[in-house]
Amino acid sequence: MALAQADVLAGLKEIVEEVAGIPAASIEMDKNFTEDLEVDSLSMVEVVVAAEERFGVKIPDEAVTDLVTVGDAVNFIVNAAN
Amino acid sequence: MSARRVVVTGLGATTPLGGDVTTSWSALLAGTSGVRLLTEDWAQNIPVHFAARVAIEPSEQMERVEIRRLDRSEQFALIASREAWKDAGSPEMDKERLGVVIASGIGGVTTLLDQYDVLREKGPRLVSPHTVPMLMPNGPAANVGLELQAKAGVHTPVSACASGAEAIGYALDMIRNNRADVVVSGGVEAAIHELPMSAFAAMKALSTRNDDPARASRPYDLNRDGFVLGEGGGVLVLEEYEHARARGARMYCEIVGQGLTSDGYHIAAPDPEGAGVQRALKFALRDAGLTTKDIVHLNAHATSTPAGDVAEANALRAALGIDADHVAVSATKSMTGHLLGGAGAIESVFIVKTLQDRLAPPTINIEDLDPAVSVDVVRDKPRPLPSGDIAALNDSFGFGGHNVVLVFKSL
Repeated sequence: MALAQADVLAGLKEIVEEVAGIPAASIEMDKNFTEDLEVDSLSMVEVVVAAEERFGVKIPDEAVTDLVTVGDAVNFIVNAAN
Repeated sequence: MSARRVVVTGLGATTPLGGDVTTSWSALLAGTSGVRLLTEDWAQNIPVHFAARVAIEPSEQMERVEIRRLDRSEQFALIASREAWKDAGSPEMDKERLGVVIASGIGGVTTLLDQYDVLREKGPRLVSPHTVPMLMPNGPAANVGLELQAKAGVHTPVSACASGAEAIGYALDMIRNNRADVVVSGGVEAAIHELPMSAFAAMKALSTRNDDPARASRPYDLNRDGFVLGEGGGVLVLEEYEHARARGARMYCEIVGQGLTSDGYHIAAPDPEGAGVQRALKFALRDAGLTTKDIVHLNAHATSTPAGDVAEANALRAALGIDADHVAVSATKSMTGHLLGGAGAIESVFIVKTLQDRLAPPTINIEDLDPAVSVDVVRDKPRPLPSGDIAALNDSFGFGGHNVVLVFKSL
């Protein structure tokens, strides 16, 4: 199942808004989860599980540490899905 | 008596009577019941269909994202602590001299049960990563400590329904022992859920007056049939006297003593002789440097159980002797229900307001006073207290045989 980058970004924005309370409009590709979006290590687990459910991909624990920005996560999900 | 005196400089609460201290206190003086039928579907499937939920839902007082990371008990702790801290004038101070002692009887029980449902229905992967920080009984204290950056120590005494009072006593010790200058102290509970309610009902501890919930909590009434589960919390900012004076803080009253004992009698039933309660009261007065003559008011534990209310009243009569005749006894659980680990804390908040306004709150729902009750109960409407130096007691008891008595004194 191919996923477009824009669709993944839109979905991820909704997830981060739900988990961290950051308005979707202020979430961009270059935002850092920890520093810009107040997504701490526990909330990141929530983001990852919600993203896996939503996009039907697997994000292994060892990959999560490399997902520093929203763009990292979007690209990982797009590559995993395609 | 300790050289370091301790005063109360801030109050906060969220209760079945109001979302803050002022609203709760007004409703209490007006004799309002906070007990209502539960609207959840599960409530119809258990023996007791009512409880005393908080008057204002936390969702009206906090951000949504905060709510989803906090157990309901932690939400209550933060709401009450924010009010109390602001009420104390948000003291600017060395945070290494700031402590937090906030208790809970059961901790994050609804989180534990909700997440167990998630585990069973959706599997382990969807169990929230916030579960442990939400269910741990020290979570309410820890979240308040984190928010205030308290670094003198954050503690959580657990002694069932005596927990809230024990927390305030622990805070008193922290200041007296020079571990801290200011301690945010109190207790919270959020256990209105079908499992804890079924469990208390199985012990025959809860009232089953389903046809008349507002009159179900009736301490000292001949036809009382158990307690009504309540939720919420109360917080007091305790402060060393000179510290408070130096910053020009408003001082409500002084907290001058505590007495703690244990029964060694039964895991849940009160000792009918109330020997442990009597000793706790005696120790508390000795610690305070006061005598029974100085006491004009007592906010009783009186939960509306058939055995407990009389055992307590007998113990108070025995400990206070003839002086019990001039002690106005209020059973505010008749209006708030029983907040378990939050009870001793909100009742201490009420005592501070009682000393401030010189008005003992009423006890509602007494239609036929149990003749076995040998203390002077304030019924139906508030009773004025004398002018001059006065002192008041809070007593709290918990399953396990825990007895705590706190002494508050006017300034």
